[in-house]
Amino acid sequence: MTTNFILAPIIVHFITAIILLCFWKKVLAQKIISVIGNSIAFILCVKLFELTLTNDVLVLQTGNWKAPFGITFISDTLSAIMVMLTGIVSLAVGIYSTSALNVSRIRFGYFFTFHLLIMGLLGAFLTGDIFNLYVWFEVVIISSFILMTVGGKKMQMEGAIKYVTMNILASSIFLTAIGILYGITGSLNIADIAIKIQEVENKGLVTVTSLLFFVGFGIKSAIFPLYFWLPSSYHTTPSAIAAIFGGLLTKMGVYALIRVFTIIFIPDNFTTILFIVIAILTMFTGALGTLNKKNIRRILSYLIVCHIGYLIAGVGLYTELAFTAIIFYLIHDVIVKSNMFMITGVIVKIRESVDMTRLGSLLKDYPKFSMLAALVFLSLVGIPPLSGFWPKILLLKESFTQGNYILLLTLILASFVTLFVIIRMWIEIFWKESPKPLTEEMDHFTPMPKSGKFALIAPIVFLTFVSLFIGFGANNIFKLSEKAAYELKHKEIYIDAVMKTNT
Amino acid sequence: MELLLVILVGVLYSAGIYMMLRRSMVKLLIGIILLGNGVNILIFLMSGITKGKAPIIPEDQIGFLEAYADPIPQALILTAIVISFALTAFALVLLKKAYTLTGTDDLDSLNIQDLDI
Repeated sequence: MTTNFILAPIIVHFITAIILLCFWKKVLAQKIISVIGNSIAFILCVKLFELTLTNDVLVLQTGNWKAPFGITFISDTLSAIMVMLTGIVSLAVGIYSTSALNVSRIRFGYFFTFHLLIMGLLGAFLTGDIFNLYVWFEVVIISSFILMTVGGKKMQMEGAIKYVTMNILASSIFLTAIGILYGITGSLNIADIAIKIQEVENKGLVTVTSLLFFVGFGIKSAIFPLYFWLPSSYHTTPSAIAAIFGGLLTKMGVYALIRVFTIIFIPDNFTTILFIVIAILTMFTGALGTLNKKNIRRILSYLIVCHIGYLIAGVGLYTELAFTAIIFYLIHDVIVKSNMFMITGVIVKIRESVDMTRLGSLLKDYPKFSMLAALVFLSLVGIPPLSGFWPKILLLKESFTQGNYILLLTLILASFVTLFVIIRMWIEIFWKESPKPLTEEMDHFTPMPKSGKFALIAPIVFLTFVSLFIGFGANNIFKLSEKAAYELKHKEIYIDAVMKTNT
Repeated sequence: MELLLVILVGVLYSAGIYMMLRRSMVKLLIGIILLGNGVNILIFLMSGITKGKAPIIPEDQIGFLEAYADPIPQALILTAIVISFALTAFALVLLKKAYTLTGTDDLDSLNIQDLDI
């Protein structure tokens, strides 16, 4: 049964988490089990990706309950892409964590929570049932709460309280929207709702519900007025956790947004204008937020906000080419953002600081690592052959053909600010002379054992190769995104796949 | 009955949001609880209230001869209650920890953002 395969990566992470429970205090055993679990899950993610591409859409009706009644799991091209990205990033961050995190955090059940978080993400990407999506969201946020708050320093508390409050609020709004949607359509299956919602006469109520979904997912994906929790909480966590948060957690909100607004609700004029305005403001405020910051992690947090704007802009344009552009951008962004946070972690190991004014002359001491970092930095900006360039140019082209010049200007402005900030970061961290004399005690990286260094650097190299592949093999990724965009634009494919496989 | 519940949901939502906007940690927690309960009652209300009917079809009956209570919202609330219970418990522990760190009930005392410019 190929369709049962959809659940395989989820179950592997779940079983790994359970096995880890038996080794609660044994740090080394936890590390080994986690790496093995991540590797198996990665292989299964690749397999699922391949199966989905050959079969177009995989559908699993759990317990053989026919479509509108049971819980559906579905893997179409977009889901498969997200699963693949989760597999890559979780493998990289899993290996990185074995060396980057200190023992006390691992004793507090870091790996256990980490695997549950990844399980939740995979579930959210694969489910075809709106209430099930809510449950997976909760699995993810309760795990992220734990990862964020373990440690209990004062700085963490401030970020964590904002994060927890905003996420509980977002869940409540999301649940409210599900309740109303169930009230007007009488169904929870996404494909079934999509059919039934067309017959609803009260169009105003449908629009209101869609905006409730927009606000709920908007808080999670950090769009313009709702993003303030992100810069105040993401920089307090260790880099490994920030990598998984920055890379995947906000993208889960975007994924849900794309899913809901392409299949259930078809945006009208008002909604698309709202999307575009929000996207412009998100890019603008995110870009401005980076300018006066000295803390690298905080700059990266604002860059996440800024780049979420690109994705929302693509949803707002609502054409097939725009969808292609944002799916391409999503692929690029998940890989590169996780990598950036991991690089920050290595910088902290080397210099004990994330403050740009206190860093410097890394290029002299660590030339190879600096070159690697430069490649990643430039990928994020999108210097032509590297990965960020192609989706940006697509998005620019599409906003030009749509005649949306304000959006075009903001996209260019946001790109320039990103370029400026990244170049400044590069100069401050790697190039300039270190402001104070360097002592041996500051460097925690050199005294590390070889295996520890390998576990830190290998994931960064791996993700850099992936982003190089995205840049140089842009044609393949473009075709893939085009296929996903085609499926999003023609929602009959999704609906038929769910409703007709009643075997 | 439905009208009463609708008003109750409105009151719970507005009171919850109002309490969440306070500076006090305890009031924030009360806000979270009120909002969670408001959401649960809203889901319960969504399929309409049927008085005196069990959410199952009796054995000797074929098809939906008369209206029966919709079982799905009840199943949904069961899940939602468990989840909101867990989240509230977590928020309670977190706020307790924040209280022991700062020694006050005031959320503003946690603000250290201004230092970083």
